[in-house]
Amino acid sequence: MSGVIRIRLEQRPAPARWLGLAVGPLTIVVTFVLTLGFVFAAGANPLTAYRTFIVEPLTSRFTLLEVLVSATPLLFTGAAVAIAFRAGYWNIGAEGQLLVGAIAATWAGTHVGGAPRVVAIAAVAGAGAVGGAVWALAPALMRVHLSIDEVVTTLLLNPVALLLVTGLLNGPWRNPETHFPESKRISSNAQFPQILPDSRLHLGFVIALVIVGILWFVLGRTATGLRLRASGLSPEAARFAGIGVGRLLLGTALTSGAIAGIAGASEVAGINYQLTDGISSGFGYTGIVVATLGGLSMLGVVVASLFLGDLVVGADSAGLELGVPSQLADIVKGALLLVVIALLVLRRYRLSFRRPAGGGVEPGSSA
Amino acid sequence: MSFVSDVLAATLRNATPLVYGTVGETYCERAGILNLGIEGTMYAGAFFGFLAAQTSGSLVVGLVTAIAVGLGSGVLMGVLTVTFGTNQHVAGLGTTLFLIGAADFANRLQFRGSQAQATIKPFGIVDVFGVDVLSQYAMTYVAFLVIVPLAWWVLMRTTLGLNIRAVGENPEAADAAGVSVARTRYLALMIGGALMGVGGAFFTLAALGSFTLNIIAGRGWVCIALVIFGRWRIGRGVVGALLFAFVYALQLRLRLIPSLAGVPFELLLALPYVVVIAALVLSGRNVAYPGAYLKPYRRA
Repeated sequence: MSGVIRIRLEQRPAPARWLGLAVGPLTIVVTFVLTLGFVFAAGANPLTAYRTFIVEPLTSRFTLLEVLVSATPLLFTGAAVAIAFRAGYWNIGAEGQLLVGAIAATWAGTHVGGAPRVVAIAAVAGAGAVGGAVWALAPALMRVHLSIDEVVTTLLLNPVALLLVTGLLNGPWRNPETHFPESKRISSNAQFPQILPDSRLHLGFVIALVIVGILWFVLGRTATGLRLRASGLSPEAARFAGIGVGRLLLGTALTSGAIAGIAGASEVAGINYQLTDGISSGFGYTGIVVATLGGLSMLGVVVASLFLGDLVVGADSAGLELGVPSQLADIVKGALLLVVIALLVLRRYRLSFRRPAGGGVEPGSSA
Repeated sequence: MSFVSDVLAATLRNATPLVYGTVGETYCERAGILNLGIEGTMYAGAFFGFLAAQTSGSLVVGLVTAIAVGLGSGVLMGVLTVTFGTNQHVAGLGTTLFLIGAADFANRLQFRGSQAQATIKPFGIVDVFGVDVLSQYAMTYVAFLVIVPLAWWVLMRTTLGLNIRAVGENPEAADAAGVSVARTRYLALMIGGALMGVGGAFFTLAALGSFTLNIIAGRGWVCIALVIFGRWRIGRGVVGALLFAFVYALQLRLRLIPSLAGVPFELLLALPYVVVIAALVLSGRNVAYPGAYLKPYRRA
């Protein structure tokens, strides 16, 4: 290996402040450079493509509001993932929790025909929360009582939740009028109202902001939040300090599942008005991107979900205008996730490139 | 073919991609890296293997491409988790999102507008023994007769295997003994990734002869569960793969039973996932994870 330039990470004397501030913009620039190849492969001009992706959605009232519509489920799932990760609970199951929340919300929405509007809407949102929490319960119990890795169990329940949706839609819930695999429409009094005229922006956006606000307050300003952050940083130390880590994890997992479940309710009652097998386009997984990009802070979740909402709307128009498959947005999401975690490392470590001194025995290299 | 031999044959067939994936993931985790990139690696192996086979007209080229995709995925995971020491959960999920996105993107570019689904003539069934249970794809034979014993032998009986286990159990000690932690982990991730790529390619190059969206459908996550179920031992992991595949084969046939006609088949399809979770509960108490699991190694 002599002669090869070895890349190592060396600890900085102090975390690089400038990188802390620059990490957001830098992440975006690096990600777009890394994904250039895909734009070229699609035969598009990168500058035009990225302008369509990022800038164009911000240039008209209609697309700007569509950005908020796309950001709505991500606000929920991003907050759900962030709060769990903060407590050291690796909930990778927001996707499944969202789907089960959507099922429960659809059930409620088709059974509250005569109720007053406020009651019906509350019932739908509440059912979504309960559905999501129920789906989060088993992995949380297994983690707390049996020490079974929640990453695996929450992941495995995602495909099961999707099968539950398609099973219902192909079976008992198949629409009796259209015979399509889609549920009946929920009753009109249960549908979330539009909050601005001539747009699809609905009550779910407001609910999401309220939840993010509450979580921000609880995390930063209450003793529960302090305990939660403490157990996330070091469960052993938290336990030593007398914090009931098990109960805290259980509570956080259920809260996280409930918020993801409301995301499902919000998509059913605010956008689709019925359950379909495409009710989520990976919002649960994108929530992980949102939470990580946002540095697991609630303010960060808002910014990151708006940015990804922008990207989703941009991807649709890039597909139509430039023939760049809208799946580019998914590639960018994955790349964003990888770039941001790598860049965050560089805040505390710097890269050094050097040629190892020739000759001598090289001690086990460990960059 | 009787019901029993039919189910057993299907079990071996369905277990094949899981065996590749589980053995691959075992290598990564034994080296101390939880590789959540497996779902995406299998997916990309399935698609790019298919794409290469379809454009070149050669199944072998397809297989080699799937291996290359897996190696690349291993290197990517290595850069993130070994060189940079980032959070393994996030690095793996990012890799999976990226690879699934890349495969779907390329699928859209390559096959858009074509009315008929692109197909290839897949690997045929090898039928040399005249026993119907043993009428299997060559990739199945290779998995059980070559990969499993070879992977076990390398991991448990060679210096490389010893090094992999050492850097996963106690990287400080391995480093002190002159083993390169970084190089060994990269190697384990690349071996693991290559196996995952082949496991994914089994779906397109042998079982189906075509590519469909969501073709892996969470089977990569199943492999992760099987590794834990198998307590990081290759033999027990293979047993887990056979268990999942058996339940899967059984539910396909249960659907045909008239008295079960009212049960939505999706419920039966969910059964194998639920069985794996149940098996984790039954076997998962007091599992000893590899010592360096999830911990990046940096020399003090």
